[in-house]
Amino acid sequence: MSDHHDHDHDHDHDHHPEAPSEVEARALALESLLVEKGLLTSEEVDRIVSMYEHDIGPMLGAKVVARAWLDPGYKQRLLADGPAAVKELGIDYPPSTQLVVVENKDGVHNVIVCTLCSCYPWPVLGLPPTWYKSAPYRSRMVREPRAVLAEFDLTLPEDTSVNVWDSSSDVRYMVLPQRPEGTESWTEEELTAVITRDCMIGVARPRVPAEATS
Amino acid sequence: MRSHNSKRMNGVHDMGGMHGFGPVHVEVDEPVFHQRWEGVVRALMHKTNGRYYNLDEFRHAIERMPAEDYLRALYYERWLHAVDTLLQEKGVTTGTPPAPAPETARPPSLSARFKPGDQVATRNIHPGGHTRLPRYARGKRGVVRKVYGPFRLPDANAHGDHDAWQPCYAVEFAARELWGAEAGAADKVCIDLWESYLE
Repeated sequence: MSDHHDHDHDHDHDHHPEAPSEVEARALALESLLVEKGLLTSEEVDRIVSMYEHDIGPMLGAKVVARAWLDPGYKQRLLADGPAAVKELGIDYPPSTQLVVVENKDGVHNVIVCTLCSCYPWPVLGLPPTWYKSAPYRSRMVREPRAVLAEFDLTLPEDTSVNVWDSSSDVRYMVLPQRPEGTESWTEEELTAVITRDCMIGVARPRVPAEATS
Repeated sequence: MRSHNSKRMNGVHDMGGMHGFGPVHVEVDEPVFHQRWEGVVRALMHKTNGRYYNLDEFRHAIERMPAEDYLRALYYERWLHAVDTLLQEKGVTTGTPPAPAPETARPPSLSARFKPGDQVATRNIHPGGHTRLPRYARGKRGVVRKVYGPFRLPDANAHGDHDAWQPCYAVEFAARELWGAEAGAADKVCIDLWESYLE
């Protein structure tokens, strides 16, 4: 296969997932079988789907980051014990994994990946985007992080250390981005608005529109 | 799905460093689930993981897919394959559902062989089953940054031994140790590695 073909292959499947009806049929058949066996109900399935769609998402992580920017004591607690610190803000963190927050600083930029599967801090960021789970991101982020970040329009100085965290254990990593200059007088709500999912993965930095700086 | 694959695990899922997959494609305003069946599969896994199988068995069921099927499959298609396979293998959908396996308690602490700052080397091993030591990080030198755990050793937990606890370490590697002179001089890759992966 040529590179071009590989590219299209991946593109078709990771970018425009059109489920073959056969997969959908298999999924629904397995659901029916488990319902029939009394192991779950379709209401439970709907409830779980709704939880992933509505109750969790990057708005949780953004709240954590904004609080850490505003409250140095909170930031220290967050860096020392992620699950306990997010619980302070009412975010439920399940005990099956640990949360470790890694801090961006002048000269240090962190970014997360899972090369072996798709580990991601979903209790604070929601489910990962398809690109995070895709072969291009998983294969390249550890080997050529600067090239991948450039595709996300993020170019870092040569002397900035890019630290890639390959999430291979029961630990889930989340990036604490740097607070942008010009936001000194901003409220927590205003700060939250510039903290995107991609900032907390580490493929972006918070962007402040020029006219919004104080 | 074909099942010609053995359980040997230098698999295509171990993607770190591979060439040939092209650029990263970002779907703008991507929904959490594109179609209802994706959410159904997620929910089936959510409901059965930890009850009839563990996460390492789940990952290994995906890794056992023939490489060509793995690459062709959609993300949640892999998940469906794993849930379906495990529920059959455990007798859940093929017979009487077994009683959930009793949880083994996490030992309160284990003495860790390494401490932050220690120089370590990863073993050059190619295990026959599930492992979380990526191929690109075998036989490399790094420095311990954090000590975690104890966590269950995935290499055992995926294969019936659910009580093999080990310390786990965040080990930092210079990018050039992993990738040679083309990598950024200041760049690093940090990987969580169980104690038996290290020497």
